[in-house]
Amino acid sequence: MSRWLSDPLLTVEGLTMRFGGLTAVSDFHMSVGRGEITALIGPNGAGKTTVFNCITGFYKPTQGRLALARDGAVSGADLDALTRSGRRFDRADRLFLLERMADHEIAARARVARTFQNIRLFTGMTVLENLIVAQHNALMRASGMTLFGLLNTSGYQRAEGEAVARAVRWLERINLIERADDPAGSLPYGDQRRLEIARAMCVDPVLLCLDEPAAGLNPRESAQLTELLRSIRDDDGVSVLLIEHDMSVVMQVSDHVVVLDYGRKIADGAPQAVREDPKVIAAYLGVDDEAEVIEAESEIARMAGETP
Amino acid sequence: MAAPNDRPRPVLQTALVDAGFAGLVTFGLSFPLLAYRTEQDMQNQLVVEPRWSLSLVAVVAIFCARLLAGLIQDWRARALAIPGALVAVYGGRLALVADPATGAGVACVGLALLAIAFPLDARLRHAPAQVARSEAPDRGGLFAIGGLVALFLFPFIMLAWLGPAGSLKWINNFGVQILIYVMLGWGLNIVVGLAGLLDLGYVAFYAVGAYSYALLSTTFGLSFWICLPLAGLLAAFWGVILGFPVLRLRGDYLAIVTMAFGEIIRIVLINWTDFSNGYAGISSIPRVTFFGVPFTANDDGFATLFGLEFTPIHRTIFLYFLILCLALLTNAVTLRLRRLPIGRAWEALREDEIACRSLGVNTVNTKLTAFALGAMFGGFAGAFFAVRQNFVSPESFTFIESATILAIVVLGGMGSQIGVALAAVAMIGGTEILRELDFLKQIFGESFDPAQYRMLIFGLAMVVMMIWKPRGLISSRAPSIFLKHKRSVAGSMVREGHG
Repeated sequence: MSRWLSDPLLTVEGLTMRFGGLTAVSDFHMSVGRGEITALIGPNGAGKTTVFNCITGFYKPTQGRLALARDGAVSGADLDALTRSGRRFDRADRLFLLERMADHEIAARARVARTFQNIRLFTGMTVLENLIVAQHNALMRASGMTLFGLLNTSGYQRAEGEAVARAVRWLERINLIERADDPAGSLPYGDQRRLEIARAMCVDPVLLCLDEPAAGLNPRESAQLTELLRSIRDDDGVSVLLIEHDMSVVMQVSDHVVVLDYGRKIADGAPQAVREDPKVIAAYLGVDDEAEVIEAESEIARMAGETP
Repeated sequence: MAAPNDRPRPVLQTALVDAGFAGLVTFGLSFPLLAYRTEQDMQNQLVVEPRWSLSLVAVVAIFCARLLAGLIQDWRARALAIPGALVAVYGGRLALVADPATGAGVACVGLALLAIAFPLDARLRHAPAQVARSEAPDRGGLFAIGGLVALFLFPFIMLAWLGPAGSLKWINNFGVQILIYVMLGWGLNIVVGLAGLLDLGYVAFYAVGAYSYALLSTTFGLSFWICLPLAGLLAAFWGVILGFPVLRLRGDYLAIVTMAFGEIIRIVLINWTDFSNGYAGISSIPRVTFFGVPFTANDDGFATLFGLEFTPIHRTIFLYFLILCLALLTNAVTLRLRRLPIGRAWEALREDEIACRSLGVNTVNTKLTAFALGAMFGGFAGAFFAVRQNFVSPESFTFIESATILAIVVLGGMGSQIGVALAAVAMIGGTEILRELDFLKQIFGESFDPAQYRMLIFGLAMVVMMIWKPRGLISSRAPSIFLKHKRSVAGSMVREGHG
């Protein structure tokens, strides 16, 4: 049995998002396996970013349940009990209902971090400062809500030292240690993409959501990104959910691919299986030849007949 | 005044042609504006009064200025040459009209400045271009210590130089007045400069602080030192009250609501007469004491206690040190907070609010703390204002005050502490210094009052700033933490917030 079914970190059930009369995502189900890289793909306007924004709390879904089991699988009974209780997370901080939580709470408490399609670094702050801001909540606690920080107690100094050490480790991993004191806005595009991922990782997440991390990267940078994503999965044990158009990156790194088209899921499975799925070929990769269109349509009709 | 011989001819020629053209344009423009003036004569008829000399003066002045600008290309040499030329002309006029000896002396000083400007220009122009981002040696610390010592010695130097009567104006109008605005600027800098929330109603917190002290001291007889923290707390409370409704607003909308808040506070103070005594204000607020010792001529007064001769300047000097300490406290707290998570979150909020939320920063708390802390320092300043004036009325808290404080923050460079201080000195000190420029009456006639041109000069200064330094005096941002090298971030990288 696949990992994403046997031990899901995140389970999305019946997610529907309407903007006025427009239904961007309808009745969407998916799960993200613990310790896996899951890719969410689909043509432009398919609703991928909408799903992302629902998971990370930037949109409140119209309907649906997004359950994050942070420290290991939970039983369906526990989940239903939490759903009925009206609470946002259980007392032991293991299970979170993301659709009920605010965006910053999802990052701070459920530990889901994200990046953006258009890079959103703090351009006027240095590279190091960007990574320190990402550790805001830990440092805020260490500074005793600023009080100990004002007094500059040794406890706060230690915490700040640890935060810097963590930032330095990440800068070394993404090869930006030499640029630590430069403004983030002065970095080249590819470096900014990597820095944004490192910044999200400094939040100390269990799930890292990346919105088109390979957009605008050259082949060499794409290869570096693939390496980085693998190392995040294998060395840090962080599950990754990514939206990506670059198929070579998707096929190389993903353990699990979900395909979305017109707000509906059309395929879900291992990369190989998805790649050969005719519905995906028709919808995502597009068909330009007349004969291929007919072939694809008949194939889809046949498949639709088979699976109700 | 001839150009040095070694200067290549084309430069002189170009400059002459350029200056001649500028002179012609000036003549064309001044002809309808300056050369004739219509006046009513005794019979109530319009007569045309020729004023060719004025027109001629304008043409000559523009010609000379343009010629100088053409010949001298480095701005530092220009900064020397143009005042030099002005001083020389003034000296010449003085020599001809009033006092030949002094006039000739002044003219010589002006000519000497001009004479220095030309070789300076030649040297600077051939100097190698400055490295764009040099790793400046740590002169900042030395500068700050020097500045602090000067600030602490200022009243005593003034006292020794001008005596108790003469120095009062300088310590009070310049020292205390400027420092109040420095403190207000630093307080608002937290909200506008660091957190990027455009607040047009900051004066409301100044008013809350002032009325807190006024009412608490007159009603309950509380001393200034108890009222000061209470005033800060009350202002911070009102900062949070303002903060809640505007949490979701940005930019123009935020500016409008904060502006309305400032007006609401003022109008409530005017109309709720039972509480605040309306337009009449609150008078006879207890004056400041030296930690309980009053500044009076009595036997238990400050002067007797310390064996000094009584003069009212003692109180003014104490007020000066009080506001200096309050302003320095504001600065120290702000500088410290910038290096703490909360300060970094403010700056991150200014840079990108969405990104902040994605990193788990609670933007509601972050905004509210910025409003509350900014308001608290405004409240401290307000309490100080009340104890200094020993009278408060709603008149002191009009919108123009908010606009002045905001102008100080924007002119100084948003987020820069030293920039805000410099801007406060320029704006408030500039207003005061205009009252002192009596010598201008010799040029423009007895009826000329430079203080009346205050708004015109500020308007011009704002326009010039927008062209020359749109990001304020100090636009670069010092990083709050660094690994190896502390390099300031160029102003063009730093975002100004969404409002």
